[in-house]
Amino acid sequence: MRILKYHQAISEALVQCMEADPDIFIAGIGVDDFKGVFGTTLEAYQRFGSKRVFDIPNCENAFTGVAIGAAVMGKRPVVVHPRNDFMFLCMDQIFNLAAKWRYMFGNKSGVPVVFRGIVGRGWGQGATHSQSLQAVFSHFPGLHVATPASAADAKGLLVSALRGSTPVVLLENRAVYELEEDVPEEPFEIPFGKGKIVRPGKDITIVGASLMAYEAERAANVLAAQGIDAEVIDPRSIRPLDEAIILESIKKTGHLVVADTNWARYGFSAEVAAVAAEKGWNDLKAPIRRVTPPDCPAPVSRPLEEAFHPSPATIAQACLEVLKKRGDPRHDVEDVQASFAGPY
Amino acid sequence: MTLPQDVQIRLLQEMMRIRCAEETLADLYPQGEMRTPTHFSIGQEAVAVGVGTALNRDDVVYSGHRCHAHYLAKGGDLVGMVAELYGKETGCAGGRGGSVHLNDPAAGVIASSAILGQTMAVATGSALSFKMDGVGRIAACFFGDGAIEEGIFHETLNFAAVKKLPVLFVCENNGYSTHTPLDVRQPAGTKIYERVRSYTVPSQLVDGNDVFAVYQAAVQAATWARSGEGPFFLECTTYRWREHVGPLWDYDRGYRTKDEVDQWIARCPIKRAAQTLLDAGLCSEAELEAWKGEFAAEVDRAIAIAKAAPFPAVENLMLGTY
Repeated sequence: MRILKYHQAISEALVQCMEADPDIFIAGIGVDDFKGVFGTTLEAYQRFGSKRVFDIPNCENAFTGVAIGAAVMGKRPVVVHPRNDFMFLCMDQIFNLAAKWRYMFGNKSGVPVVFRGIVGRGWGQGATHSQSLQAVFSHFPGLHVATPASAADAKGLLVSALRGSTPVVLLENRAVYELEEDVPEEPFEIPFGKGKIVRPGKDITIVGASLMAYEAERAANVLAAQGIDAEVIDPRSIRPLDEAIILESIKKTGHLVVADTNWARYGFSAEVAAVAAEKGWNDLKAPIRRVTPPDCPAPVSRPLEEAFHPSPATIAQACLEVLKKRGDPRHDVEDVQASFAGPY
Repeated sequence: MTLPQDVQIRLLQEMMRIRCAEETLADLYPQGEMRTPTHFSIGQEAVAVGVGTALNRDDVVYSGHRCHAHYLAKGGDLVGMVAELYGKETGCAGGRGGSVHLNDPAAGVIASSAILGQTMAVATGSALSFKMDGVGRIAACFFGDGAIEEGIFHETLNFAAVKKLPVLFVCENNGYSTHTPLDVRQPAGTKIYERVRSYTVPSQLVDGNDVFAVYQAAVQAATWARSGEGPFFLECTTYRWREHVGPLWDYDRGYRTKDEVDQWIARCPIKRAAQTLLDAGLCSEAELEAWKGEFAAEVDRAIAIAKAAPFPAVENLMLGTY
């Protein structure tokens, strides 16, 4: 174990897997340039060169099809999108083909393409560069969708994706790219559909993936100072969803708050709430609460942007309300991405 | 250039076999047992057969919604295709794909798709894989004149050209996208084969009802792609006889005339090829009749097998999900 930043862990997973499997290649806009997609593809390009790490023209939809066609012939493409918002351009290939391939063509083979999409946040990235598309991708059967929060989870889930036979969408929040933790040196797998308890507690369950796992943890610290013991669950993958870990936690706490970077309507938070209502109803002692961005596009201006995104304070406030307790949600706790100073 | 006799005979036979299969299936379709939207290729066989015969066994093909002829011409299993139309477990897609998702990877028929232009990019991806591995295989993709209006056409041609990929694009220009003629969809004077040259992709316009011309053009195009020169584009003019989807004739529905249909039927690719072979003394009327009988027996057998096969078990509804 040694400390790695989130982007270093992704880079390491790519390099180690490419060493082990010559069929893996990385492609996407700018993957071979001097920035290397926030550092995640720099070492792979240095090690394996332009045959296996290459730039592409601006053709998100066609290149998704290209990756599928290469995967069917035995390759393992990693397609990188510097913002997941660009993936709207390739929805046909992802949903109508990659996700359906195994089923629709008679269960002969899958298309193990890994799609990495980075979620923007902060510095006024606005309406089309700071959406978080986990709900969209997770709606359709046939994909695995994961939103790793930590460096180790990013490595483990990426290694699983590169060894599996399923198309995978990995959504990486830009706001956690500089966060660091102990990461095992050897390649290791974290299975899809296996969540983790970020912080154990007994009074209330907060479910939050990706950036929201951190914000939920900060909210839990705020609550702890006021004698409330919150349990934070990070499902890590959105599809398949680790329902058991959520239901187990509700059984213990009887209260549920879901925090998400995605809108509430038809979103991830709606899905978690539905699972709790359908399968954990008898354990719930109070209505479920969702903490999400409001029903508007992401704004740019700083005060609007800060009001838009869920924060430790809004999560803590929701918990207090669910528990019918008075307390201080501590608005002075900075959210995780506060140090991010742009430009992208 | 005169083609070897065995090639000429094979080209005619393969078209006859496909015509026999589709006409028989079209006759049976009204029985209501093939519960899948079915786009017959009747009248367009020469493109599929000319290209399919020019490819190697380990080359791959992709197709669109009108895929029966492409599938069969590349060597796709007839029994598996018929069973798929009947929705049976033994179908080439296990009854999960239907008429528009035919595939037989063992024969190099990788995928067909009901989304316009979708497989152009996928074929190009297989070509990318072949180029990365330096294996000398090529990928071919069939699509219609409608697909070239999609954005993916531009994206794919640009990508295939800049990466010099061994992919053969085959446009079957039958003049209609469903019921909409070309002249209301593309600017007057548009020539598809010329448009692709602006992407630096070489192209050729071919009489798509002349199987020998298609075959010769496809051999040259395949040689070009296989030798590392990059993609090649064939525009083959042809005509769909039956309705866009379904087994019926539709010249009374207003979007085209019986006269137009009859003119194209007079240019039937099979009749033309047969006449060429008869004139050259390469086959006799009696042989033509014998072949017809063989193909009819093969098709009848495939239909009997498909009808007798079991439907997928409902408990296997989720098979292939994860």
